[in-house]
Amino acid sequence: MRSIINYLKEIFGTVRALLKGMGVTGYYFVHPREIVTQQYPENRATLKMFDRFKGEVVMPHDENNEHHCTACGICEMNCPNGSIEIISKIQLTPEGKKKKVIAKHIYHLGMCTFCNLCIKTCPSNAIIMEQTFEHAVFNRAKLTKVLNQPGSKLSKGDKK
Amino acid sequence: MTEETITGQLEEQEFSINMGPQHPSTHGVLRMILKLKGETVEEVKPQLGYIHRGIEKMCEKLTYAQTIHLTDRLDYMSAHILNEAVCLTVENALEVEIPEHIQYIRTIMDELNRIASHQLWWSAFGMDLGALTTFFYGLRDREKILDIFEETCGARLLLSYNVPGGLMFDIHPNFQKRVKEFITYFRKKLPEYDALLTGNPILQARTKGVGMLTREQAIAYGVSGPSGRGSGFSCDVRKHQPYSAYSKVGFKEILYNEGDSFARYKVRMDEMWESMSIIEQLIDNIPEGNHAVKMKAIIKLPAGEYYQRVEAARGEFGVFVVSDGNKMPYRMKFRSPNFSNLAAINTMASGQKIADLIAIGGSLDFVIPDMDR
Repeated sequence: MRSIINYLKEIFGTVRALLKGMGVTGYYFVHPREIVTQQYPENRATLKMFDRFKGEVVMPHDENNEHHCTACGICEMNCPNGSIEIISKIQLTPEGKKKKVIAKHIYHLGMCTFCNLCIKTCPSNAIIMEQTFEHAVFNRAKLTKVLNQPGSKLSKGDKK
Repeated sequence: MTEETITGQLEEQEFSINMGPQHPSTHGVLRMILKLKGETVEEVKPQLGYIHRGIEKMCEKLTYAQTIHLTDRLDYMSAHILNEAVCLTVENALEVEIPEHIQYIRTIMDELNRIASHQLWWSAFGMDLGALTTFFYGLRDREKILDIFEETCGARLLLSYNVPGGLMFDIHPNFQKRVKEFITYFRKKLPEYDALLTGNPILQARTKGVGMLTREQAIAYGVSGPSGRGSGFSCDVRKHQPYSAYSKVGFKEILYNEGDSFARYKVRMDEMWESMSIIEQLIDNIPEGNHAVKMKAIIKLPAGEYYQRVEAARGEFGVFVVSDGNKMPYRMKFRSPNFSNLAAINTMASGQKIADLIAIGGSLDFVIPDMDR
């Protein structure tokens, strides 16, 4: 007799515990406003990342197609996985002096681990992180980017 | 051959099967060779090497600032705590005084990271045992922490927020407000976890008395963290060797003496409450200050050996650095908690059923990239 009572007690205890759990899910069933699912591709227009979000490295250019990169190579040196390659060239200034300028600032997005060391160590704040996040491409070669725009030059304010 | 002899042979036979490397309940590429007798596990032999990346060797060719982003990729669920371990090693070696501003932020981040890690563990543990609901509830709340991380650190999982001598950026102006919002939110939501899973008789039947590990065995295998504390082994580094701001806060070390999977479950559930109370003690009192100490551009440690241990979400994480005075470490060894915790799985699982092995593995909270560096 006692074993039967214990058996029934166990069954009722189990049912009660399961109902308690079902109560939580039931609460959200009747409170759909508290559900937090984001409809991602549909909300693209309103989706804004935080300012510090590390999406990809870019080099900002101003309206005169000028940037701040002095081709010093510190970002290349600090990159832990060789995502940045600096190709520089020697240019003659109007005064006849030889000066090193950036030819290509190559950035391999596919290798980048977004550690932010290049941006932290850049002495002239020439590169920043942009908040883009849709990086999928069909061809791996597209992940290799040249950050300085063609025909761009060093901003007048920066002297080496 | 008659039918009887065939069945007779089958009953006698002991056979071995592979669990993994692509088994969903191993949470990664862990291969376990099981020696089975019927459904009973006789022996478990974990086989590693499927995700070995040679991170310790890679560290020998990187400067100290650069090695930090690799420690993210060990136990990615407690990335900030691991980052901090490397930074503390470097700072202690150089005898740099770290201001309280940085210490407080680091401690808050550590505890947020620990809560996020335990939330994901709870979600996945429920899912391993067949309760898919928990996964959605756990990730819903974890999202709030990841948003806090994203706003301040710029990343959600692999933070890379620490640098030797401080932090990458100062905290975001919204940080304190959002953390306080999260704490009030999560204090309401954590009882839901208990209603959904802790009181569930199916969970209790599958975890109570399953995967027993005595205190002596836990010490012998070096099982640390919540798994060790579930066996009554007091091993909280935050308590025994306080680093950062842990000496300034009051919290209690969660200890359960049962040593089964349910005890390990309870330790983690209680730790989330403790972590919230640690954050509450610190969040309003962050002293003013600069977010980083001025360090040399190229950090060179004096020749010698340095060791620093921290309490990661899964146990004691240690960084051992041998320096020969160069800008790169001569040797960098990581003591990862998961590797030691895995060593005990044979003791815990032998004699149990295969389904229990899933519960034991879930209660140990594996992160495979941490075992296999």
